[in-house]
Amino acid sequence: MSADTKKISGLKELENKAKSLEDNSEGKTVVSLCSGTGCNAAGSHDVFEILKVEVEKYSKSSGEEIIMRRTGCHGFCERGPLIIFYPHEVCYLGATEEDIPEIVKETLGGNIVERLLYKTDDEKLVKKEFEIPFYKHQKRILLGNNSRIDSKSIDDYILYGGYKGLAKALKEMSPEEVLKEVKDSGLRGRGGGGFPTGLKWEITRKAEGSPKYMIVNADEGDPGAYMDRSILEGSPHSVLEGLIIAAYAIGASRGYIYVRQEYPLAVENVREAIKDAKEYGFLDEDILGSGFGFEIIVYQGAGAFVCGEETALIRSIEGERGMPKPKPPFPANEGLFGKPTCINNVETYANVPYIIDKGAKEFSSVGTETSKGTKIFALTGAVENSGLVEVPMGMSLRDIVFKIGGGGKDGKAVKAVQLGGPSGGCIPDKHLDVVVDYEKVKEVGAMMGSGGMIVLDEDQCMVDLARYFMDFIQDESCGQCTPCRVGTKRMLEILTRITEGEGEEGDIEKLEEMAHMIKETSLCGLGKTAPNPVLSTIRYFRHEYQEHIDTKKSCKRLHKKAKKKKVE
Amino acid sequence: MGVIDLPKYDLTVEEEKTVQDIISGYDKDRSSLIPVLQDIQDSIGFLPLDVQRRVAKGIKVPEKDVYGVVTFYSFFTMIPRGKYNIRVCMGTACFVKGGKQITENISKGLQIEPGQTTPDRVYSLQVNRCVGACGIAPVIIINDKVYKKVDPDTVMDIVNSLQQ
Repeated sequence: MSADTKKISGLKELENKAKSLEDNSEGKTVVSLCSGTGCNAAGSHDVFEILKVEVEKYSKSSGEEIIMRRTGCHGFCERGPLIIFYPHEVCYLGATEEDIPEIVKETLGGNIVERLLYKTDDEKLVKKEFEIPFYKHQKRILLGNNSRIDSKSIDDYILYGGYKGLAKALKEMSPEEVLKEVKDSGLRGRGGGGFPTGLKWEITRKAEGSPKYMIVNADEGDPGAYMDRSILEGSPHSVLEGLIIAAYAIGASRGYIYVRQEYPLAVENVREAIKDAKEYGFLDEDILGSGFGFEIIVYQGAGAFVCGEETALIRSIEGERGMPKPKPPFPANEGLFGKPTCINNVETYANVPYIIDKGAKEFSSVGTETSKGTKIFALTGAVENSGLVEVPMGMSLRDIVFKIGGGGKDGKAVKAVQLGGPSGGCIPDKHLDVVVDYEKVKEVGAMMGSGGMIVLDEDQCMVDLARYFMDFIQDESCGQCTPCRVGTKRMLEILTRITEGEGEEGDIEKLEEMAHMIKETSLCGLGKTAPNPVLSTIRYFRHEYQEHIDTKKSCKRLHKKAKKKKVE
Repeated sequence: MGVIDLPKYDLTVEEEKTVQDIISGYDKDRSSLIPVLQDIQDSIGFLPLDVQRRVAKGIKVPEKDVYGVVTFYSFFTMIPRGKYNIRVCMGTACFVKGGKQITENISKGLQIEPGQTTPDRVYSLQVNRCVGACGIAPVIIINDKVYKKVDPDTVMDIVNSLQQ
């Protein structure tokens, strides 16, 4: 590395850089503040201003250098903002600006401000972040970095092992070897489809045509899902690293990161990360002196859920209305600008550096027979502890909702869990022992989906929920094909009538018939999966549909008891 | 509301220049279309027909295609946003926690429907798709500020305090 450039030219240099960063931070106190979008809304911005002032004051008077980090989402959104002191390992929850002077003075002085610690149900105080029940049962391979690194710092990422995977891939492995490693890992698409990632890469690599393109699908449109946002905000380099490794394996020369318009902080942090990665030579015509070159362009969506569908996404980049195309041809053979294109989800890419650095065997030691690794879920809705969780595949939904989530909010009974957003299904309480596994979840009529996990309590009308999702889908339908454009509209009309007390005998059967027809004849995934919430709620909660129809009562009147509870 | 019914909003001289400067910075290519529209919308807040025509000419794309893209993507609008643009999240978590009631209360309080702007162009109301802050549902966003765990009964207090 020459004196006037920060470029890293090989594995040894990267190791030296990491070592020198480690030496520099040895023994130093670190104060980290969660600054993901969730905590920002909870006041993190204002807290930071005061925290900075107080920490600088303390630093000046004590002569001690203190490192401040603004991290990405820690996941415990219910109780943000989160502030953590190292090496004290004290985690404070829900601090306001008024609490800051006391927190800084006491903690750096060796004491603890007990009222801001986590308190268990039996009044025990928990000091360390990872001993809080919310975190104890998680396996945070991807989100771990979000607690440690400043989201805008490439040095922090390198300090904790960042870019080692890339250096190993480019300098010690051939593209075919990288491909094999990912295939052997058993990694499957985290966007919801669960398609074997290694196989997708192999098809794209073998496809004829040049140049080849990579796309990161960060159009996370499922309402109730924010896993990808948190990875992009908190650890954007993990996605860049995964993307570059993938491009090397496939032989692509340019990548697009398509981020939905609603994620400005993610866009900002990714752009910053790309700038830094270029400076360090990780994005270059000749990365780490390997001969492989790659560039990345950030592209923002403009508010269309359907653009999460890969062919619609491609059309959006091409400057068209986001209308899906029939498949085949698949993007792997004919994608962006007609060239072979590999599209993967954010979380899928984020897993890649770990797989290359630690090996396929290590990665696949976690999970079930068919579903390897971890999965991030956005656990929200009527649950006590709302937030982002990362669990090993194979954990039961019951454990996630109760052990991690703390059960229904305000002690209410959990009626069902909705998985997979508008394309998914509901899993009732009696089936909550199902484990997180692509196939097992399908067996109970739901779908892994991208990670949205909504807890529904005893007050939720399941017909109204199905109506809500159909309303969303109707609005977002691109309008191209009749089954989806007209079919979902008709289904919505029936669902609305039922929830307004105007349901008729035969409506349920009509819904079922239309659902099957729409599933079989729609042009794209949006239409094909649109009837899923309806079918799933009919399967397990048919009696609720029947009650609406029999009593001719609307949701408001039928669930009057529930409304009363809320007012109290 | 048909395009014919939209009132004509005139651009200021500065806004005209901004639009021209933005357009000239992009390649005359189809794939510039969405980025250039986003840029203009960020600067002047909306995309009236005049601006669409200028974009069509500037990057060499048929006017009908520019119009097609503007009307397809929900972020683009031909109606100017209010000084305070209120977006109510109606993602699943927010919906389950009172999003519908919040929208109704604001709509009643400001006397406008979602998608409309008050006649004095101070407030505009939009129903948004999930903004991804589900851990703090229900959420509303006013301009760039995110409000967490909003209570439907007191949401108009937030709106009324904006002008102070």
